[in-house]
Amino acid sequence: MASLVSHPDEVKVVSRRFGQGATNIDRYLELDGYKAVQKAFAMEPDAIINEVKNSGLRGRGGAGFSTGMKWSFVPKQSAKPKYVLCNGDESEPGTCKDRLIFEHDPHAVIEGVMIAALAVGSQTGYIYIRGEYRYLSIIMQKALADAYARGFLGKNIFGSGRDLDIYWHGGAGAYEVGEESALMESLEGKRGIPRIRPPFPAVVGLWGGPTVINNAETLASVPHIILGGAEWYAKVGTPKNGGTRLFCLSGNLEKPGVYELPMGYNLRKMIYEVGGGIPNGRELKAVVPGGSSTPVLLPEEIDISMDFDSVAKAGSMLGSGGVVVLDDTNCIVKFALRTMKFYRHESCGWCIPCREGTDWLEKTLTRFHAGGGLKKDIDNIQYLSENMLGRTFCPLGDAAAMPTIAFVKKFRKEFEDHLEGRPCPFERAGAVEQLPVLA
Amino acid sequence: MKFSDEFETRFTMMARHYPTKRSVLVPALLYAQDEIGYLSDEVIQEIARRLELTELDVRNVISYYSMLTTKPRGKYNVQVCTNIACMLRGGEELFAHCRKKLGIGHKQTTQDGRFTLEEVECIGACSWAPAIQVNYDFHENLTVEKLDKVLDGYQK
Ligand SMILES: Cc1cc2nc3c(=O)[nH]c(=O)nc-3n(C[C@H](O)[C@H](O)[C@H](O)COP(=O)(O)O)c2cc1C
Ligand code: SF4
Ligand code: FES
Repeated sequence: MASLVSHPDEVKVVSRRFGQGATNIDRYLELDGYKAVQKAFAMEPDAIINEVKNSGLRGRGGAGFSTGMKWSFVPKQSAKPKYVLCNGDESEPGTCKDRLIFEHDPHAVIEGVMIAALAVGSQTGYIYIRGEYRYLSIIMQKALADAYARGFLGKNIFGSGRDLDIYWHGGAGAYEVGEESALMESLEGKRGIPRIRPPFPAVVGLWGGPTVINNAETLASVPHIILGGAEWYAKVGTPKNGGTRLFCLSGNLEKPGVYELPMGYNLRKMIYEVGGGIPNGRELKAVVPGGSSTPVLLPEEIDISMDFDSVAKAGSMLGSGGVVVLDDTNCIVKFALRTMKFYRHESCGWCIPCREGTDWLEKTLTRFHAGGGLKKDIDNIQYLSENMLGRTFCPLGDAAAMPTIAFVKKFRKEFEDHLEGRPCPFERAGAVEQLPVLA
Repeated sequence: MKFSDEFETRFTMMARHYPTKRSVLVPALLYAQDEIGYLSDEVIQEIARRLELTELDVRNVISYYSMLTTKPRGKYNVQVCTNIACMLRGGEELFAHCRKKLGIGHKQTTQDGRFTLEEVECIGACSWAPAIQVNYDFHENLTVEKLDKVLDGYQK
């Protein structure tokens, strides 16, 4: 089981019950569990949606879309059943936070799905958990069974006259399935190939019915908002970026871990104070601020507020909350290569720019890193990546291209240092196999 | 083709959760694989029959998901993450060490059928890197020495 950390600057909202035994339903109830959903029962659906809108909660899955707004797109009347789908596929490299929520507070996710269902008028929810997280699906199945046994789920829940079912669903290894439309395909028992949008899932989703898809952390935040109020939650963060988020600090840090910090927390402080700084007397070289898809930041670019808008202004993205820190012993070309290897592996192959682009980029970066780079490759890497942008069915193509463009732009000199058969300046002797230089 | 009672109970229960039959396919395949060891022709035929799919439909789905396999694996599947967060903290060294120690490469199985080795993408343990999974068990904050102990634990 993943170990917990803490820091005095943390504001524990989603992580409030971590380490408190809240997987046990009685303990969850003692810790204010299932109070929010009961409060939501007394509210009009529109009032719930407004409360979530006013809280400034934005999707924690990566895109940062207003959760209340997303819910408001679901049609009130629908001939087909409506669904709520919790995205627990968590596969963006650098991200390991939903795992802690499922491990320590599974009922909060269930309660969040329930409130979303009340808000949009749905009677069925699914909680999708990636296949590798088997121990978490066991925890979730138990939590759901306990909630059914108490009459919190099923027929006439809480004596309200309403029926609501929530089920668990499991994946079997695929990053792309975390993309919302591929997630629905996977849940329908198919390959995770994205759907063309529009229509958006809020209108045509699972089995053709309107579907709300939210990240597990987003949904686990909802009960706290309903109980504590939108105003309180909004105030914890910055304008337009309500609340807190779980930041997953990883890489070359003294104290890596998952910390819950207010939105807008300063990135430099996050690295040097919360994360304990760079170990072994090394210097900071670069930071990937929001999971592997987000453009890298240089040490001089880290005096920023970690909210969706400020990080976007700095030319990157807050993404999924995975802050990956690199010290100065690391080779950026190699890092770019490993990142691209991932996207090549995960590309579903549906569209050509992504399928061929990631493959070509991985091959070029491999040759480049091994000392077989040509000067023109540097511009070609950038040119090809730029041409992938916006030309694919789903954002995975962009997710592969954006960080690559930033690596080349910001570390061009390091790419040049690999030219003409020179061995990687960072590689420990003998570790790389040298490839011949092409003419 | 016979599955355990536990599988049957789970299958029947899960099948009720969806409006269409095939929706249960992905988790059902994974549970079947956990039981049989891999997705044999018989398993594929049986699942296809139950869900009213063609075998090709089922194989198409299997080939998409990285955890699903139609080839037998060792008793313990050692999955070493070398993705970025793990790489920064020695994931590649762990993978190299496994290769040497077990004498096998990526997706290969030891002769005694005990271990399969696999280099995998991020397993959601980035803040506790470097990390591996042996079957479904996570082992985190590893060093080469700790890894030796972990693997020795599966030798028994
Ligand atoms: C390639 C790709 C992978 C994604 N993986 C995940 C994931 O693992 N978990 C997640 O919540 N969102 C993931 N997303 C984002 C989802 O498409 C979707 O925006 C999100 O689940 C919506 O929830 P939110 O509004 O609460 O963030 C991914 C997107 C893409 C393009
Ligand atoms: S961008 Fe990549 S992952 Fe997305 S649909 Fe196209 S090929 Fe598939
Ligand atoms: S990068 Fe290895 S677990 Fe995330």
